[in-house]
Amino acid sequence: MPVVVAIPGPLQPYAGGRAAVELRERCDTVGDALEALGEQYPGVRDRVLTEQGDVRQHLNVFVDEDNVRFSLGLATPVSPESRVTILPAVSGG
Amino acid sequence: MIKKPANSGVLLLVGTTKGAFVFRSTGARTKWTMSGPYLRGEPVYAMAFDGRAGRQRIWAGTGNPFFGSSLRSSDDLGKTWSEKAEHAIKFPAESGLALKQIWQIRPGPAHRPDVMYCGVEPSALFESQDAGKTWTANAGLLGHEHRPKWTPGGGGQCLHTIVPLGDGRIGIAMSTGGFYRSDDGGKSWRARNVGVRAEFLPDKYPEFGQCVHKVVSHPSRPERMFLQNHWGLYRSDDWGETWHDIANGVPSDFGFAMAIHPHDPDTAYIVPLESDQFRCVPEAKLRVYRTRDAGKSWKALSRGLPQEGAFESVLRDGLDTDASDPAGVYFGTRSGKVFASRDEGATWDMVARSLPSVVCVKAAVMPRATSHATRKMATARRKKASAHRPVRRAR
Repeated sequence: MPVVVAIPGPLQPYAGGRAAVELRERCDTVGDALEALGEQYPGVRDRVLTEQGDVRQHLNVFVDEDNVRFSLGLATPVSPESRVTILPAVSGG
Repeated sequence: MIKKPANSGVLLLVGTTKGAFVFRSTGARTKWTMSGPYLRGEPVYAMAFDGRAGRQRIWAGTGNPFFGSSLRSSDDLGKTWSEKAEHAIKFPAESGLALKQIWQIRPGPAHRPDVMYCGVEPSALFESQDAGKTWTANAGLLGHEHRPKWTPGGGGQCLHTIVPLGDGRIGIAMSTGGFYRSDDGGKSWRARNVGVRAEFLPDKYPEFGQCVHKVVSHPSRPERMFLQNHWGLYRSDDWGETWHDIANGVPSDFGFAMAIHPHDPDTAYIVPLESDQFRCVPEAKLRVYRTRDAGKSWKALSRGLPQEGAFESVLRDGLDTDASDPAGVYFGTRSGKVFASRDEGATWDMVARSLPSVVCVKAAVMPRATSHATRKMATARRKKASAHRPVRRAR
């Protein structure tokens, strides 16, 4: 099974309207998965990662149930069964 | 004296913390119609109107807190907005910087209708030579030796003011950092802050590091500039080489907003605030102050503005003038009110009372003959004329 990335609603227009994208590339880490996603959908990449390749401050990226901020960040491993979920954080005003 | 444009209607662009609003009026400016919010939910700290080369284009810098800042444009006065997949303003990877917010959008001079500028946070100047399609970070400022010592003000480390001065000269201001000028089209930059006080530093008059809030200049006399500082009100008559205190008769020299009169280089407007500790208008009276003698004296303008219990503040891009005659003056408050004067500030009307917090107000007189159909006809006429022009052969 490929790694699946769940796309939040506001970013779906930049992913061809998809709510989830199956990645065909081999991905060992979350960073690999986001890079592969960004190759396919640069509009999603620009809105998830900064120019320096960091996850934007008010976004969270999960591997299954785990927020990568509290594990190894973009180096967090993924397996072919993993589901990567991008979600806006609870912030704003 | 600048030639006044034919007045075919006035546009008031209002950026708020929750989106952009567009107000339109006829040249009389007696009644305004509002549309929006556009770019709903996104903070819009920078807006601009580009009426050059037959355009009728609104620009907005959005600061989506989740997905990053975008530069957006509309050619139909806000009904639809450009939406590029990739962000237009990006720092080069080798800079080590990442865009936080767009603070200023400034069309270049009329004789270079495809030049545009953007000021951003972290402090940098982006330039476009193709009317905003592509953008490049100004290398001279990006690699400036002072960069490691610039420190963020309350709003962040932002380049918020761009002052095209003509003949390859351009000024920029940042908080903090101060005022810088380039005389070679942006290749190199030098701090020009002599006389500008840095109240918050042990050395009160450093070469750079001042928290300049806004600088304005009139195109007919670009060597004269007015500067609203984080404490301090100044004028320079020598391109910013030296600055002199002009806080003559104002209730406070603390404030953010400043605007120049469209036809008179001696006339400028400010909205003083009580202090850095209490950023509201003094005595809870909402007053715009105007000088007509380049800062020798200032007059309070309050007719039509609340003079009791008005705990209001106006931010650095919340005040602007239009190019009509008599000039229109406009401002928006953090509490979401927008006021307009069609007589150079003598009297005021409330245009909006309950918008989200206003962070940007830009006024523009819309040039005549800017409809899409008219532009197409003008292009066709130009093509027809050039087809009949004799071809000059190379020898």
